[in-house]
Amino acid sequence: MRAARFVGGRLLGMLIVLLVVALISYLIFYLLPADPARLACGRPCTPANLAIARDFMGLNEPWYRQLLDFLTGIVAGRTFGSGTAAIHCAAPCFGYSFQQNAQVIDLITSRAPVTASLALGAAVLWLILGVGSGVLSAVRRGTAIDRLTMAGAVAGVSTPTYLLGLLGILVFGFTLDMVPVSGYVPIVDSPVDWAWHLILPWLVLAYVNAALYARLTRGQMLEAFGEDYIRTARAKGLSEKRVVGWHALRNVLLPVVTLFGIDLGALLGGAVITERVFGLPGIGALMIDAVQSLDLPLLLGCTLFGALVVVICNFAVDLVYGLLDPRTRGGNA
Amino acid sequence: MRVDVGESSPTTGRPRSVRRLWHDRWAVAGLVGFGLLVLLAAGADLLTAIEGHNPYDYNNAALDPQSGTPAGPLGGVSGEHWFGVEPLTGRDLFAIVAYGARTSLLIGLASTVVSVVLGAALGLLAGYLGGWSDRIISRVGDVMFGFPYLIFLIAVGAVTPLSFPRPLLLIVLLGFFGWARVARIVRAQTLTLKQRSFVAASRVMGASTVQVLWRQLLPNLWAPIIVVGTLLVPERIAAEAALSFLGAGIPPPRPSWGRAIGSAVDWISTDPMFLLFPGAALFVATLSLNLVGDGLRDLFDPRSV
Repeated sequence: MRAARFVGGRLLGMLIVLLVVALISYLIFYLLPADPARLACGRPCTPANLAIARDFMGLNEPWYRQLLDFLTGIVAGRTFGSGTAAIHCAAPCFGYSFQQNAQVIDLITSRAPVTASLALGAAVLWLILGVGSGVLSAVRRGTAIDRLTMAGAVAGVSTPTYLLGLLGILVFGFTLDMVPVSGYVPIVDSPVDWAWHLILPWLVLAYVNAALYARLTRGQMLEAFGEDYIRTARAKGLSEKRVVGWHALRNVLLPVVTLFGIDLGALLGGAVITERVFGLPGIGALMIDAVQSLDLPLLLGCTLFGALVVVICNFAVDLVYGLLDPRTRGGNA
Repeated sequence: MRVDVGESSPTTGRPRSVRRLWHDRWAVAGLVGFGLLVLLAAGADLLTAIEGHNPYDYNNAALDPQSGTPAGPLGGVSGEHWFGVEPLTGRDLFAIVAYGARTSLLIGLASTVVSVVLGAALGLLAGYLGGWSDRIISRVGDVMFGFPYLIFLIAVGAVTPLSFPRPLLLIVLLGFFGWARVARIVRAQTLTLKQRSFVAASRVMGASTVQVLWRQLLPNLWAPIIVVGTLLVPERIAAEAALSFLGAGIPPPRPSWGRAIGSAVDWISTDPMFLLFPGAALFVATLSLNLVGDGLRDLFDPRSV
C-alpha cells in the first residue's frame, strides 16, 4: 500500500511537471513572433493562402485551445485540416512537421537508436571509469595515484565535450587515422562497424562525464571511511576488500544514482553537441535541423520529448532510491 | 554538500583564513590563469592596438589564395598575427580570442549573478519558511536540475527576433536555469542555521522575517554562495561557448570563442591551429575557475579535502 502510494504520487508529480513544461514551451513558442504558417505558406504567400495555412495548422485558435489540442493529440491523436487534404496524426501525436510532411514522433523514433547507442554506451563506460577511479583514489588517498586521478578529474570537468571531441578527431582521426571521424552504422547492419564508429564519441563523453563521478565517489567514500559503521565492519575483522566494496560503496550509490539519472536523461533527450561534432544523425542533430529550418512543431515536439525522457529517468531514480534506501519510501522526501 | 561555517562568529562570518588559499598551489594557479584572462579581456583594446589588428577586418593577403587557409606555417602565426588568422576571412585570430574573452567573461559572470541572486532568495525562503513554500521551490528546483535547458535555449534562441540583444538573452536564460543549484545549497544551509540560537534570539526580539533573512541568515551564507558561484561561472562560460558553437549563441560579428571553435570544425584537417587557440583560451578559463572554486570549497569545508 505504501509502495503503491509512493509510485502513484511520483507518477502524478511526473505528469504535473510535463504539463508545466508543455505549458511554458507552448507559451514561449506562441508568444514569439515566428509564424509556422508563414514558413509553410511558400512564395508568393498571398493573404488568402496564409489564412488557409493558419486554419489548417489550427493557429487561429486561442493559445490555450491550441495547447489543449496538442495535449489531447498525445493521448488520442488529431487531424489537421478537413476533407481530402486532411492529415491525420495518430496517437501519440507529438505534433506534425509540415516542412517534412511527417509526424514528429516518427521523426524522433527514427533517430532514437543513434542517440540511444551513443548515450548508453558512453554511460556504461563513464560509470565504470568514474566510480572505479573514485574508489581507487579514496583507497589510495594522498598517494600519487590519488593526485593524478583528481588532476585528471579537474581537467575532465573543465573540458567542453566538443573541444575534446574535436581534439580526438584531430589526433585519432586525421593524424593517426585510427578511427572513423564521423557517421553512424546501425547495429543490425554490422555490430563491429557500429561500435567502431561510436568508440571515439563514447570515450569522449565517458571521460568528460566520468570526472564528476570520480570526484563524487571519492568524496563519499572518504566520508564513509570516517563513519562508525565502517569502523564496526573493520573491527569485525572483515577483509578490506569487503569493507570497501560492500559497506563503503553503498554510501556512494545514492548520490551516484541521482547524478546518473539526470545525466543519462539529458543525454537520451538528444546529445546535441556530441552528435554535431561526430556527425551522428541522432535526436540532437534532428533538433539542430529543426532550429535551422525554424520547424516549430518539430522543435516543440523535441523539447517535450527531451523533458519526457528526463522526467522518466528521474522517476526511475526515485524508484531505485526507494529500493536502496527504505527511509525515503514513507514521507514526502 | 554541506558547508560548515563553523567557528566564525555568526554576524561577522568572515573566516580568519582566506590567506590560506595562497597555500593551495592549484588554487593559486587558477587565480593566475583567471587573472591573465581578465587582463586579456580588459586590455583587448590596448593589446590589439599594439598588434595592429581588430577582430572584424577581412584580410585576403594573409590567406593562401588556393585553399583559403592561412598563408604560412602554423595557421599563419607570425609577429604580424600573433595567433595567426582565421581561414577564409583572414581576420586576426589574436584579436578574436582577446575580444572573445570579453564576451565569455561578460556572459559567464553576469548570468552567474542572476543565478546567485535568484537561487539565494529562493533557497532562503524555502529553508526558512518550510512547509508549502519549501515543497514547491524544492520540487521546481528538481525539475530545473534535469531540464534539458540546452535544447530549450537553442529553441528559444531560434525563435527570438534578432533585434533582441543576444548577450542579454543568454545572460537572462542561462542565469535563470542556474538558480536551482544555488537554491539547494542555500536551503540546506538555512535549515541548519535557523536552529541556532542567534536566529531565535533575533526573532524573540521582534525582528521581521525579512530582517532575519537579510540581517541574520544571509551574512552567514556568503561562504557557500561564493563557492557555488565560483563553480557556476566556468559552467556558464562553457554553456555560452556550446551555444555559440552550435550557432545558437552569440551571432557574428561579435567575437566568441565558441563560435570560433564551431567554425574550426570545417577546417580541422587543414588548419588545426584555428581550433587550438580559441580552444585553449576556453580551457584555461574553465580550468582556472574550477581550480579557484575547488580551492575555496576546500577552504570553507575542510571535510571535503
